[in-house]
Amino acid sequence: MLHLRSPYKGANNTAPVRAVPPCPGPAATGPPAASGSMFPMVPRAGRPPSHQGEDLDVATISSTGHTRRDFLYIATGAMGAVGAAAALVPLVTQMNPDASTIAAGAPIEVDLTPIQEGQVIKVFWRGKPIFINHRTKKQIEEAQNVNVASLPDPQPDSARVKPKHDEWQVLIAICTHLGCIPIAHQGPYDGYFCPCHGSVYDTSGRIRSGPAPLNLALPPYEFVSDTRIRIG
Amino acid sequence: MSGHPTYQPQNAVMKWMEARLPIAGLIHSSFVAYPTPRNLNYWWTFGGVLAFMLASQIVTGVVLAMHYTPHVDFAFNSVEHIMRDVNYGWLLRYVHSNGASMFFLAAYIHMFRGMYYGSYKDPREVLWILGVILLLLMIITGFMGYVLPWGQMSFWAATVITNLFSAIPIVGEPIVTWLWGGFAVGNPTLNRFYSLHYLLPFVIAGVVVLHIWALHVAGQNNPDGVEPRQDSDTVAFTPYATIKDGFFLVVFLALFAWFVFYMPNYLGHPDNYIPANPSVTPMHIVPEWYYLPFYAILRAVPDKLGGVLLLGAAIVILAFLPWLDRSKVRSARYRPRYRFFFWLFFLTCVALGWLGSKPAEGVYVYAARVATIYYFAHFLVILPLLGRYEKPLPLPSSITASVLKRSGAVAVVAFAVMLTGLIGLSSPSVAAEVETPPKQNWSFAGPFGKFDRGQLQRGFKVYREVCQTCHGLSLLAFRNLAEPGGPGFSSAQAAAIAAEYQVPAEPDDQGEVKDRPARLADRFPPPFQNDNQARARYNAVPPDLSLIVKARGYDRGFPWFVFDLFTQYQEQGADYVHALLTGYADPPKGVEAPSAGTFYNKYYPGHFLAMPPPLSDGRIEYTDGTKPTADQLALDVTAFLAWAAEPHMEARKRLGFQVIIFLLVFAGLLYFTKKKVWKSVEAHG
Ligand code: FES
Repeated sequence: MLHLRSPYKGANNTAPVRAVPPCPGPAATGPPAASGSMFPMVPRAGRPPSHQGEDLDVATISSTGHTRRDFLYIATGAMGAVGAAAALVPLVTQMNPDASTIAAGAPIEVDLTPIQEGQVIKVFWRGKPIFINHRTKKQIEEAQNVNVASLPDPQPDSARVKPKHDEWQVLIAICTHLGCIPIAHQGPYDGYFCPCHGSVYDTSGRIRSGPAPLNLALPPYEFVSDTRIRIG
Repeated sequence: MSGHPTYQPQNAVMKWMEARLPIAGLIHSSFVAYPTPRNLNYWWTFGGVLAFMLASQIVTGVVLAMHYTPHVDFAFNSVEHIMRDVNYGWLLRYVHSNGASMFFLAAYIHMFRGMYYGSYKDPREVLWILGVILLLLMIITGFMGYVLPWGQMSFWAATVITNLFSAIPIVGEPIVTWLWGGFAVGNPTLNRFYSLHYLLPFVIAGVVVLHIWALHVAGQNNPDGVEPRQDSDTVAFTPYATIKDGFFLVVFLALFAWFVFYMPNYLGHPDNYIPANPSVTPMHIVPEWYYLPFYAILRAVPDKLGGVLLLGAAIVILAFLPWLDRSKVRSARYRPRYRFFFWLFFLTCVALGWLGSKPAEGVYVYAARVATIYYFAHFLVILPLLGRYEKPLPLPSSITASVLKRSGAVAVVAFAVMLTGLIGLSSPSVAAEVETPPKQNWSFAGPFGKFDRGQLQRGFKVYREVCQTCHGLSLLAFRNLAEPGGPGFSSAQAAAIAAEYQVPAEPDDQGEVKDRPARLADRFPPPFQNDNQARARYNAVPPDLSLIVKARGYDRGFPWFVFDLFTQYQEQGADYVHALLTGYADPPKGVEAPSAGTFYNKYYPGHFLAMPPPLSDGRIEYTDGTKPTADQLALDVTAFLAWAAEPHMEARKRLGFQVIIFLLVFAGLLYFTKKKVWKSVEAHG
């Protein structure tokens, strides 16, 4: 190490420039002891490097100086945190539905006249399949004459259709288990049957057996006239 | 006072982890305890800036990829979809596109710094070569990214650059076909460029890790170019370098924000807002500003293969710099002759950049040749000779000795000069000698500019009653009319306007497609079905007006483009559209129309266009009492089209103001924190 301490001799003597690399890199395995005298004691945050034998202790800084310094550090750190958080906002919200998707999800109107009694049609609203079931007298009766209390998700049929329109059953055709589309007119209740894991729904779209926990959900809709509904 | 600072975990969990995967120790030794020369100036902070820019490009790029469609039929519109519909999409895209420029700006400064202070010399040759590889990867990645929006400049950049390979004898043509995946630039080309543009940044990140590793083995160079040889020559990376890098990064971000929020298209080309058209090449194609010096070298050579080879050599020669520069003294501070030649070389690069933006004709070509020769002479003649004959000044005995002598001033002025020099080169020039459109007083100009709602409504009326019969507005949806920052129609008004238009309905039970009234979610239907129909009807294809204000412009020329950087003048497009609408006149004596049915216009490049003068005094009736002079109609419809081209402009400027204020305050805080942290070091030699 001696040559490192020898005074530098001038411009043309460039040999000392090729000194020992100043530090062992992250992957270098150089033993700390060897370079120890070159780079002792790296100061901790906010603490001056104590070279030349001077020992500037944090404790010697007056308490007022301490507070002011701490405040500056906290303010700077807080500002950085606020900036980082704000930068996250666009990165996160860009994944929400964009303006065109939201606009395309506007309410749709469906004309009910072509739907025969006993027929189920499927329409799409906001990318979701919607069943519109023109129920027969028999189906309506079956749906109404059920001991509601015995159902896994108790709900009377009247709560699942619009008043005076109980022949029209409008459902979001998404199984409440894991999202498959049930098949209409299947299963023991002549309602809906989900082929994925065997959930069975009745003609009111209520869960009767199988792994699904809830009745088929109802979309927001209203009758604009006796033969026309607006979904959404 | 002895013992290498090592990471000593206190906590039991960290101890357990450290014994198995010493990652915390690695981070500690690389970014905390790592000794960094105490005399580093602000030119050394660009490494941190570059790391940030790479991360920013990757993050925004991954996000943009979620909304972009790499298909020739959808790419252009999907970018506009990002700009118009995606939440903060305009911000993410502008950050990404301007981020590329900022990335290159920082990389070039970083490289010039390395050249000035001799950072490539023994023992840092590999570190430097890795940097050259990074530059090359950046160039390729940036080029492929520029192709993705699939505008006119994208398409023709892809064509021209891939054709460089056709200069290779024998295998050239097959290579180009292979690159294209077809017989011309097309969908396969776009798809593979997209794939590679997504891949390469991660390759860059990998090479960056090697670059930092090599840096930490050799240690940082410093402005004096002498190795640290005593404890007082270095300080710990954290907090000293961290806080300094952090402060400068925020200053750099303020510049970045200036572009993103106030001049987002300053560094781009209006032509790239015209969808790619394989049958028409733009008048004057130029690459992005950061490729201009290389582009100038390419064009300076009168031979095809020669030009390509020299272009490649201009980059490759950088890798040999450590062996071409024979001087043992690193820093230009102690090499007076080299210092002079360094600045001459720097000016040559700036000059090449400027020449690259000029048309390849006349005196520009000769100037480019001289500059090209000098570029190579710097490496091949001047550097080797200097190493031999130059008398360096005496080096300081140590970094500490040097620091105590100097005041530590930083060449901020040089930075500003360099910035304006490098950035200002971007403006393309228009070849035809047409009159410069007069500047108008737009309400939406400047940092606080807003659209005048009444004007937008009047302009929309002009569009509907005049322009609409020939020109589409395909990117605009009816709902936009009711969105904030626009003409301020109510939702009900916008729905009523929509209902006046017919759009194709879903196929009915019989499979027939009938028309239905448009809804808010629909976009403006086109006035013609396809280009051939338009040609048969109007004798030309009237351009879609959705982006017309951003897709047109004119060359501002030196020195105006430099002032524009500060005044934020970016309404060239609006000025041009207004000028065109009002610029009809009788052709000067002796000038004949090239074909019947064309009209003379002072501002149109080539002067004769197929559109008859569309506006005249009183052509439209205004209900708000504004006098409908032809000039007023032109102003109003131009303002409307300016909004249609950039519907989120008001939100952009509003957010920009907040961001810039935040960055300035934050930079101030960081500055004082930095001063506080460094106080003890500066006080005690
Ligand atoms: S998704 Fe329907 S039963 Fe599982």
